[in-house]
Amino acid sequence: MLPAAFDYKRAGSAAEAISLVSEYGDDAKFLAGGHSLLPLMKLRLAAPSVLVDIGRLTDLSYIRDAGDHIAIGALTRHMDVEKSPVLAQHVPLLAHAAGHVGDPQVRHRGTIGGSIAHADPASDLPATTLALGATYVVQGASGTREIAAKDFYKGFLESALRPDEMLTEIRVPKMNGAGWSFQKFNRRAQDWAIVGVAAWRRGSESGVALVNMGSTPVLATSVAAAIASGASVSDAAQKASAEAEPQSDLNATSDYRKHLASVLVRRALEESSK
Amino acid sequence: MKISVTVNGEKRESEVEPRTLLVQYIRENLALTGTNVGCDTSSCGACSMHMNGEAVKSCTVLAVQADGCDITTIEGLAKGGKMHPMQEAFMQNHGLQCGYCTPGMVMAAISLLKENPNPTEEEVRIGLEGNLCRCTGYHNIIQSVLACAKGGN
Repeated sequence: MLPAAFDYKRAGSAAEAISLVSEYGDDAKFLAGGHSLLPLMKLRLAAPSVLVDIGRLTDLSYIRDAGDHIAIGALTRHMDVEKSPVLAQHVPLLAHAAGHVGDPQVRHRGTIGGSIAHADPASDLPATTLALGATYVVQGASGTREIAAKDFYKGFLESALRPDEMLTEIRVPKMNGAGWSFQKFNRRAQDWAIVGVAAWRRGSESGVALVNMGSTPVLATSVAAAIASGASVSDAAQKASAEAEPQSDLNATSDYRKHLASVLVRRALEESSK
Repeated sequence: MKISVTVNGEKRESEVEPRTLLVQYIRENLALTGTNVGCDTSSCGACSMHMNGEAVKSCTVLAVQADGCDITTIEGLAKGGKMHPMQEAFMQNHGLQCGYCTPGMVMAAISLLKENPNPTEEEVRIGLEGNLCRCTGYHNIIQSVLACAKGGN
């Protein structure tokens, strides 16, 4: 299957990439690893007339210890996130979740920034960075701004990114030894999660986010509030779907997803509480 | 657009449309048909080849993205008429039935051992999760990869 024809522009820098998308407007899309965008284009669910290839901006591929957080360049591949010793030490939940994205071939090409900018509620890393309270740094024609993960996801495949803005860095707070868990329920290897849960806990503090439980990744604030007020893990897990409106599809009905979410949140909290 | 790609050690220069997929470029422009297309949706792994030494699904890479890269396909493994140790291990352990997934399996398996030279059986199973065998001949595929690893290759 071939995508619809498009013009291909290769950017030599972030500034050039932004200037190119500003020039072509809504018809242009950034191409990083291409593992979210190209499948959509091949199925003709997306047909941008211009692709601005940012895949060679190697200066945006890095994982750095920045004191209270780890700074990850948007072009860092899943495989590099998965195998990063810095993340293994400071944000093990993210490294672990990155190892569950697709399969090794996908992780050799796909990038953390591409996954987040694509804003697919069924993807693992949007929800994981949401649970961790990450901040996304975006660069546009009019400058740089920071967007909290909780303010980023606006709808199905829609984010707070403006058409001329590019995600450049993901800042993830260090976990400082918090317990954590990543639960991904699917029926076949390499599938997207039917429901997934990313969670961490340090005493009464916790963060829980859900994969594929609505049109955006969902921050389960009621679960965290229950844990903060001293509720048991199983009572807190009953609040799993309080913020979620899961869809029904071939894999699961909405009610089944809600049931699954409460089970997986309980397991995730149990694992995080050890 | 003009691209320059090193394929199996040989530099190739071609004019391609931007939407040309890497697998299509390799099969149709360069007539290297050892790489198969299975699902065409980055699920099955039949089209796996190496891009700068790592396995990728070439149905989900544009040829223009491979510009300047080093590509190895199944045809590039044998040296001097001698099969690559992974190919040899697949043959010795009957790691194939119909053979359609085999080129992709072999390329993914070599990439796996490069990253994890001494995998457990479970690590091989998980490491090959991106490759489907429609014959369900997984058992001997796993044995082949383990045999290749045990042979120090």
